[in-house]
Amino acid sequence: MYRNESGVPEKKIQPWDFIFDATIILFLVIAVVICVYPFIYVLSVSVSSGAAVNRGDVMLLPVDLNFEAMKTVLHYKQLWISYGNTFFYTLVGTVCNVIFTCLAAYPLSRKKFFLRRQMNFLLAFTMYFSGGLIPIYIIVTRLGFYNSRWVMIVPVLISAYNVMICRSAFEAISEELFEEAAIEGANDFYILTKIAVPLIKPTLAVLTLYYAVSRYNDFYTAMLYISEPGKEPLQVFLRRILLQASMEITQTTNINMGAVSQSSIQVRYVCIVVAVIPIMLIVPLVQKYLVQGTMLGAVKG
Amino acid sequence: MGKKKKKTDAGGNGKSFRQLMFRDRYLLYMLIPVVIYYLVFCYLPMTGLIMAFNQYQVGSGFLGIYTSRFVGLKWFRQFFGSIYLPRLVRNTFLLQFYSLIFGFPIPILFAIAVTQIGSLRLQKSVQVCTYLPYFISTVVVCGMINNFLSPTGGIINQLLNKAGIDSINFMNLPQWFRPVYVISGSWQTFGFNSIIFVAAIMGISPDLYEAMRVDGANRRQIIWHLVLPSIRPTIILLLIMSLGTMMSVGFEKVYLLYNTAVYETADVIQTYVYRQGIQSNNYSYATAVGLFNSVINFAIVFTANRISRRVSDTAIW
Repeated sequence: MYRNESGVPEKKIQPWDFIFDATIILFLVIAVVICVYPFIYVLSVSVSSGAAVNRGDVMLLPVDLNFEAMKTVLHYKQLWISYGNTFFYTLVGTVCNVIFTCLAAYPLSRKKFFLRRQMNFLLAFTMYFSGGLIPIYIIVTRLGFYNSRWVMIVPVLISAYNVMICRSAFEAISEELFEEAAIEGANDFYILTKIAVPLIKPTLAVLTLYYAVSRYNDFYTAMLYISEPGKEPLQVFLRRILLQASMEITQTTNINMGAVSQSSIQVRYVCIVVAVIPIMLIVPLVQKYLVQGTMLGAVKG
Repeated sequence: MGKKKKKTDAGGNGKSFRQLMFRDRYLLYMLIPVVIYYLVFCYLPMTGLIMAFNQYQVGSGFLGIYTSRFVGLKWFRQFFGSIYLPRLVRNTFLLQFYSLIFGFPIPILFAIAVTQIGSLRLQKSVQVCTYLPYFISTVVVCGMINNFLSPTGGIINQLLNKAGIDSINFMNLPQWFRPVYVISGSWQTFGFNSIIFVAAIMGISPDLYEAMRVDGANRRQIIWHLVLPSIRPTIILLLIMSLGTMMSVGFEKVYLLYNTAVYETADVIQTYVYRQGIQSNNYSYATAVGLFNSVINFAIVFTANRISRRVSDTAIW
């Protein structure tokens, strides 16, 4: 190691520095490629011709551009039924999630609240200990939630972890603001909706993203409590197609058996494309807030 | 001023419980739905753990949880005597352990590498690419794994064939389950998990960089003597926190990826509870196994927290 008085040595490029920089660039390129390539590959397979896919010609870009598999999938009714269900669960679920998270986080963030410590403890306790699968299953089914659309919304109403993120954001608001509002005679509902919530918009954006993604991706709840095809969300449908090798899509169309075996892997990849598109569109939009949300969670969580 | 202070820091000096309830009534109104939710879906199920000590009959409904015949530790004895216990504990632990060993350093290395990029816009773009897999559903990730590794038409086997290697039936070979689980898990989370390290590195004062540069330090020296020491507290904290999850494997991914051929390395406590309880209707036995897992988890988190408090002054509670 050398320590000169002046800034001169910066210009001296040593072979080790070059290797070091090259390693970093290589590492980053690999990281980006392994994260992006699988999706490009899936997309390319789904819009290539069945024959090219079968020969194993598709590696990066589509070969013999062809939308047959895409058409087959998009004409399948159950896909749209499950998509519609997921849309409903995600929209209503996320709105309820965010509202109830604010309702939980705001009182827990108020320093003057006389039950603050106790309530915070009861909340944190649920993160580390739970009744487990079976008691929850019995209670949820006994409450009449089995095969009800509300099962995708009510039992997953509040995530304690997200409440803590939200609570930290409320706590970061200057206390004087609350005091002034209280002196003006505003009650806590008014303060929450008109003052506190507008001030934590970036955090709420992140929470909305987290909740929306979990509602959209929720497979577990549906697996346990939903058996009617008319109410199943997209993830259950995807599981049948992607992991249980269900031929339901190809069977409905009038393709001969040779074409069926050709297109079955394509059909699956088209389903992946269809399922992933909404996520790909939303994540970049919210990404500038992600850091903030994650950091707040880490501080308290 | 004095009046204000009293209002903020007092939990309720000299006020009766009823006065406090009246003062904070709006906060209490807000909490009513929240409390109902937590009572019904979190604390009521906890009381349901009593099932682990009785003989719950399927069909005896909700009250059956509390009124079934008491059998003491019967289910625990059955589980401790079964051949499943060592296998389940081993699989659960090893999946998490390998995930930690393999998955923990990558976000740190990535964060260091990505912050070396000069242009902030390029850095953000690279980061967004690596976040994407984190938000994809477990079903889709498992579907991609399953189809990429498929011996008929999966891209990995196509590549192996081109290199002159025979197809490998990854999903049906027990020795492949752990690598597949760990590598795919790391793929999915490294970008997102790096956020916190990137933020820590970006938080280092530019003056410190400048000072080192003036002293003639090169990139390697800056990373070694400035960046790494600066993010060490974050690393330690996250390491301890992930130790707390040593015995809790995410149910979904194992459930979606495994099959009877790979139970030997893939079956974990959570999936066993699901099969015994929901699929075979052995509710009480499954509850006992689940309780066993919960207690171990709780003990581990508790210990991790104690260590954290001692080592880094940062504790979860």
